[in-house]
Amino acid sequence: MNIEQLDFYTQAILSMAALVGLTSFLMLGQGRLLRLIFVFAMQGFLLTLTTALAAYSLNNHHLYISAVLTLALKVILIPWMLRREVLKMNMHRDIEALNNKTAVMMGGASLMVFSYYVLHPVVQSSSVVMLNALAVSLSVMLLGMLLMISHRQAIAHVVGFMSIENGLFFAAIVATNGMPMVVELGVAFDVLVAAVLFGIFFLHIRTSIDSLDVDLLNKLHEVDK
Amino acid sequence: MNWLIAVLQTTLFVALAPLLAGWVKCCKCRLQNRKAPSIFQPYRDLLKLTYKQPVVSEQASWVFIKAPYIIFSATVLAATVVPLIAVDLPTSASADVIVMVGFFAFARFFLALAGLDIGTAFGGMGSSREMTISSLAEPAMLMAIFTLTMTASTTNLSFAISHVLNEGLVLRPSFVFALAALVLVAIAETGRIPVDNPATHLELTMIHEAMILEYSGRHLALIEWASQLKLMLYGVLIANIFLPWGIAESFGVQALGYGLLAIMGKLAVLAVFLAIAETLVAKMRLFRVQEYLSFAYLLGLLGMLSHIILEAAR
Amino acid sequence: MIAAYLVLLIPLVGILYFALAGHREDTGKINVRFNGICLLATIWLAINVLNQGTIISSGRAFLIDPFNVYLIVLTAFVGFTTSIFSSPYMEHEKEIGKLSDNRLKLYHSMFQGFMLAMYLVLTTNNMGIMWVAMEGATLATVLLVSLYRTPESIEAAWKYFILCGVGIAQALFGTILLYYAAVQIGDGENALLWSVLYENADKLNPEILEIAFVFLLIGYGTKIGLVPLHNWLPDAHSEGPTPMSAVLSGLLLNDALYAVVRNKMLVDGATDSNMAGYLMMGFGMLSFLVAAILLHRQKDIKRLFSYSSIEHMGLMTFSFGIGGPLATFAALLHMTVHSLTKSAIFVTVGHAAQLAGTQRIDQIRGLIKTQPKIGWGLLIGTIAIAGFPPFGVFTSEFLVLLATMHSYPWLTLPLLLGIGIAFAGLFRHIQPMVYGDRPEGQNPITANLWPVTIHLALVLWLGLAIPGFLAHWFSQATLLISGSTPL
Repeated sequence: MNIEQLDFYTQAILSMAALVGLTSFLMLGQGRLLRLIFVFAMQGFLLTLTTALAAYSLNNHHLYISAVLTLALKVILIPWMLRREVLKMNMHRDIEALNNKTAVMMGGASLMVFSYYVLHPVVQSSSVVMLNALAVSLSVMLLGMLLMISHRQAIAHVVGFMSIENGLFFAAIVATNGMPMVVELGVAFDVLVAAVLFGIFFLHIRTSIDSLDVDLLNKLHEVDK
Repeated sequence: MNWLIAVLQTTLFVALAPLLAGWVKCCKCRLQNRKAPSIFQPYRDLLKLTYKQPVVSEQASWVFIKAPYIIFSATVLAATVVPLIAVDLPTSASADVIVMVGFFAFARFFLALAGLDIGTAFGGMGSSREMTISSLAEPAMLMAIFTLTMTASTTNLSFAISHVLNEGLVLRPSFVFALAALVLVAIAETGRIPVDNPATHLELTMIHEAMILEYSGRHLALIEWASQLKLMLYGVLIANIFLPWGIAESFGVQALGYGLLAIMGKLAVLAVFLAIAETLVAKMRLFRVQEYLSFAYLLGLLGMLSHIILEAAR
Repeated sequence: MIAAYLVLLIPLVGILYFALAGHREDTGKINVRFNGICLLATIWLAINVLNQGTIISSGRAFLIDPFNVYLIVLTAFVGFTTSIFSSPYMEHEKEIGKLSDNRLKLYHSMFQGFMLAMYLVLTTNNMGIMWVAMEGATLATVLLVSLYRTPESIEAAWKYFILCGVGIAQALFGTILLYYAAVQIGDGENALLWSVLYENADKLNPEILEIAFVFLLIGYGTKIGLVPLHNWLPDAHSEGPTPMSAVLSGLLLNDALYAVVRNKMLVDGATDSNMAGYLMMGFGMLSFLVAAILLHRQKDIKRLFSYSSIEHMGLMTFSFGIGGPLATFAALLHMTVHSLTKSAIFVTVGHAAQLAGTQRIDQIRGLIKTQPKIGWGLLIGTIAIAGFPPFGVFTSEFLVLLATMHSYPWLTLPLLLGIGIAFAGLFRHIQPMVYGDRPEGQNPITANLWPVTIHLALVLWLGLAIPGFLAHWFSQATLLISGSTPL
């Protein structure tokens, strides 16, 4: 099936998938926190658009609620909170030196290929589009993890965490046209609580080690030295 | 007849290039709250330079004297490959996009040689930087272009553009990536901010200007013209590949006229974007250019991947 | 069904009550009462299930079958006894100035929040809600791990939060894949209900389900503490307040395993290959052996026992992975006795640490001479957890060995080896702590050891004879999970 033969909705969804994947890569190579947060908000916005698009074309009203929730949480509330934290900690001028940026980027690309490999059996039961949607969301998740591994700032970790959530959300919207409403509300509630908890944690980490660099959290070991 | 139009198109290319440069400069001045020079100023500059007597160093070899002519003609030849106002012209049908990249490489080779020839510190420095950057930019560019050519199943620009044109509006994820990659590469190759600053030759970080520091008179005019032509070439490439609508598919006067208007409009808009970007973005450190270009490469690669994975027939 | 709603409602009221009322003198005792009432409600629920069989609520939102009802009672019971222990323990922490009233308010409120999340995981019929509740359990406990606000506890809580959060995200992806497979056979809004999925398991696409199970196992496996996803567990156990360690070890790990087993039942229904079982066996065995070896290198008493928890969870995962009726029965029994024993041990460990003023093993000495009750409690608890007869852990481990010998004979060897290593690791640390001379200035403290006594007595009872109604229950659950009954 060639792309020209798909309907406009599917084409748009595929483009969105590609863009969401792109934002993940952008986040991966980003050393400045404010830009990282901005790109994260962009990803949230793309998700909102995708959800609204799905809601419109499938005529599914509860997806509108999801879209509004995403907009409120992932585009406005969480980026705003993180941004405030960065400004408060006076970290907006710092550039985090990333080790092996090229290696991380290449690792990201291979993770993307890996997600296609893992999910390939999906093709047999449904369309290529589903494979793409699921694979892109899985790679967004994996890239989010890679982001957490490669960055040292707690804020970058939160962004990675939330972008993993974004990947999941994308999968839920595109592959299954949204989970049942009660589940989606539950997930949104969890995300909200997690965001609040992260805020509390920033405060705690700051008061305990006077920095948000999680490399300094290194007191506990698997075996005592 | 066709050949006549082809020659006409190339002439238009060469003739309009300074105008585009003037327009970009004009937009930039307005954006920076300066009084803008006339958009025809580049023509006057070129004219002025051709009147002047070129000064050539005693150490200069034939390479230094011949290089401007070679560079200019190679760039003009590259311009014949790219469809400006009409597709299916004999010149562009006979050569494909790889030839175009080859012409660019040829011109760059002589430019770098000329920079080295005199033996000044600046020239050598500029040449080495130019080669470094182009060695990184070329793979990214080819990756972006291959994404396109794979979609159209041809490396010929003219046919590829017709293909995109005939297909109608299709949202292709791969094109988004390829466009972004090509824009980044174009900025690097034409020596614009943030990679190089075309407005100054007093910085230690200059690249293009460092190589041509020793040129004067008509030699300088030719090199300047060639680089203006290159800017326009990239602009046309981006505009016509990704937004080919308006380009003439037949050779009637009306179609060609519309084609000319369309491409001028597209280029004018692109130039405004370029000016805005140059005003907003600061020039980056030389050592970060490789990060910038590897990002472009990554985009090109993603474009290619998403073409293969998302769009290819199964 | 009212009983099930009651089980969920009581902790909900508890959260609000403790959050609004603030900390008072008797808050700890009220917490005990909340948990006590909840225990009664669960027993009522259990009797209902025993009489009527599986209950599904009217909207099919809740499902109570023999498998989860016994875990619900266990949860309520451990929650109840832990709250009995927590009341004087937390008062003591407040007296020595480690905690303020506000923190205690948070503690009690979140204790109920955690219980609510646990009950929700167990009662819900919706796989999505199960995930939400599991994540909710993390969110409720993460602030409790950092309750003392020391740099170490904050580090532990951050690790716990990030690792479990990221881990459980995988489980959500698995759940989405599950839903994706389910939507293909229709029934959109109800497609995530376990009962619906279970009925149609043979129609689900096996390939997608296999992929989904990998993600689910990794996700919930992080919560179980399976190696190599276990890093958060010892940290969170050692840095949080001890009652928290007791419920984490006794309940959270069990419930995560419960989630995995529920999903395994679906995957087994859909596929012919025993892929899910092999994966669980592999991860289980790895966790079991690695944790047994790491036991030897610990210097913190709570970390020591959290590694022991990883070891036992590994054993249960392994046993569920084998999958036959005998192995399933053994795993269910082991779940119960491990929960009881481990929470009892954490209670005594908490007291021992308060007694010595430190959690470092080399500074805890002469417990029997200082306060015999605590010393003997710790010793007997350790004997029980190490798998000595006549305690229940022996019975269940013996059954696991028997089942292994039956199905995969050559795996008995590493199992026996692991049990031996773990036993040595525990005793080389415990022996000097319990015996030995009493250090200067170590004085007895007020301690409520009733929970320990009750738990250990129950474990002993289960070791000597499994009461009829419990055996009936286990075999019903085994029938449900493995398709046939061992007795």
